[in-house]
Amino acid sequence: MKRHLISAADLNRADALLILDTAEELASLADRPIKKLPTLRGRTVVNLFFEDSTRTRISFEAAAKRLSADVINFSAKGSSVAKGESLKDTALTLEAMGSDAVVIRHSASGAAHRLAGWVQGSVVNAGDGTHEHPTQALLDAFTIRRRLKGSNTRGAGLDGIRVTIVGDVLHSRVARSNVLLLSTLGAEVTLAAPPTLLPLAVDHWPCAVSYDLDSELPKSDVVMMLRVQQERMTAAYFPSVREYSRRYGLDAARMGRLPDHAIVMHPGPMNRGVEIAADVADSVRSTIVEQVANGVTTRMAVLYLLLGGTEFPAVAQ
Amino acid sequence: MSAASSSVAGRDGLAVLDAEEIRRALTRIAHEILERTHGGEEVILLGIPTRGVPLARRLAARIGEFEGLEVPCGSLDVTMHRDDLRLRPARALGRTDLPVGGVDGKTIVLVDDVLYSGRTVRAALDALTDLGRPRTVQLAVLVDRGHRELPIRADYVGKNLPTSQREVVRVLLSEVDGQDVVLIGEEGRKP
Repeated sequence: MKRHLISAADLNRADALLILDTAEELASLADRPIKKLPTLRGRTVVNLFFEDSTRTRISFEAAAKRLSADVINFSAKGSSVAKGESLKDTALTLEAMGSDAVVIRHSASGAAHRLAGWVQGSVVNAGDGTHEHPTQALLDAFTIRRRLKGSNTRGAGLDGIRVTIVGDVLHSRVARSNVLLLSTLGAEVTLAAPPTLLPLAVDHWPCAVSYDLDSELPKSDVVMMLRVQQERMTAAYFPSVREYSRRYGLDAARMGRLPDHAIVMHPGPMNRGVEIAADVADSVRSTIVEQVANGVTTRMAVLYLLLGGTEFPAVAQ
Repeated sequence: MSAASSSVAGRDGLAVLDAEEIRRALTRIAHEILERTHGGEEVILLGIPTRGVPLARRLAARIGEFEGLEVPCGSLDVTMHRDDLRLRPARALGRTDLPVGGVDGKTIVLVDDVLYSGRTVRAALDALTDLGRPRTVQLAVLVDRGHRELPIRADYVGKNLPTSQREVVRVLLSEVDGQDVVLIGEEGRKP
């Protein structure tokens, strides 16, 4: 029985497709006069954010509210955490206040997993350190499916779609979750990054690795740019930002090497001019704004499937 | 056709309506809808997934044959409005598809296969409220098996089927199940 969403690896193909198909049905809600469903009325979702975040927190908040759940927002700043309260005590306090689900973002990898052992309700990982960010991977998969396969795609995977993930893989929870989820869904994933920004065990990941972005672009259906996470960089991973941008940044000339149907993604927040040029970010190929809208829909699907019934539905493979 | 349905009936329960009878029932309902809505103007047929949707399409096709009138047809998923969600694992959602122009000011005919407790219809009425404000809402069902738990009744009924609550009624339609038949069986022997 699935009660939590901690890692993209928790999802098999059938689970992932169920989430995407549910999101597909929920997407029509955005066009309706009343953008709200009564499904989670009386349930409480706590947003437990130990790290700064704009889009993920707001996205989860909007998703929970559109399903009529009550939302309690918690950010570490200005809370008892500043007085030294531990994660466990914070979690137990929130649980005592009657939360049915905790959405957690934390700077420590594995925080969501630890939390799942302490609380009764569901735990949704909204990013733990450099480990995972499964709902981002789900919304990316949803965006890819909608853009490249149309909107009538119930049950369709991403088989044969070539995705190139570019940049700071080492510090990126988005990259890890995407590699796991996209390969589960049948996509062929290639990581393109300088050797210093690839994790040690990357050869065990279900993906290919390349150090040369330019040779990967012509055969990519999707190129996903990662943010250079300067706040997590403790050493010199590349000589200069300018050099990084020259080799691995996506500018208009590089975008020209992509096939005509290819899309450009970025999980945000962007460093314009570093990993992605402003004119690329604003081009018609960019799905960056769409990803934000799809984020709400996908998170609604996750919250509905975890909290809507007695348990996450078992799907026949 | 009748050989196929009787073999299913023998294995899975008793066939109470065969393909011919389903066809005749739908023809009659189509005529009744035309009569009651003064020629079917401003009518939208909304099927409740799964099997209400093909039934709504068939009714629309019949009305088209009789009056040369194209009646818009759609589907209305009620899963998110059900009152029994917390009693079982979360269910996959069906499709909600509205004809262009929406439901405001229209005569909506909800279409479902079996009317039983009335809870699905209650959920459908709630779902409809969130989509707009129809002028009137009516209900068409292929089978009414009784045992209502809410004050709800159908405007158009294909067949009234007195049942015991232990029995299970199942409608099979060629679009979904490969054949047309209504089965009734004992619980445990799922039809």
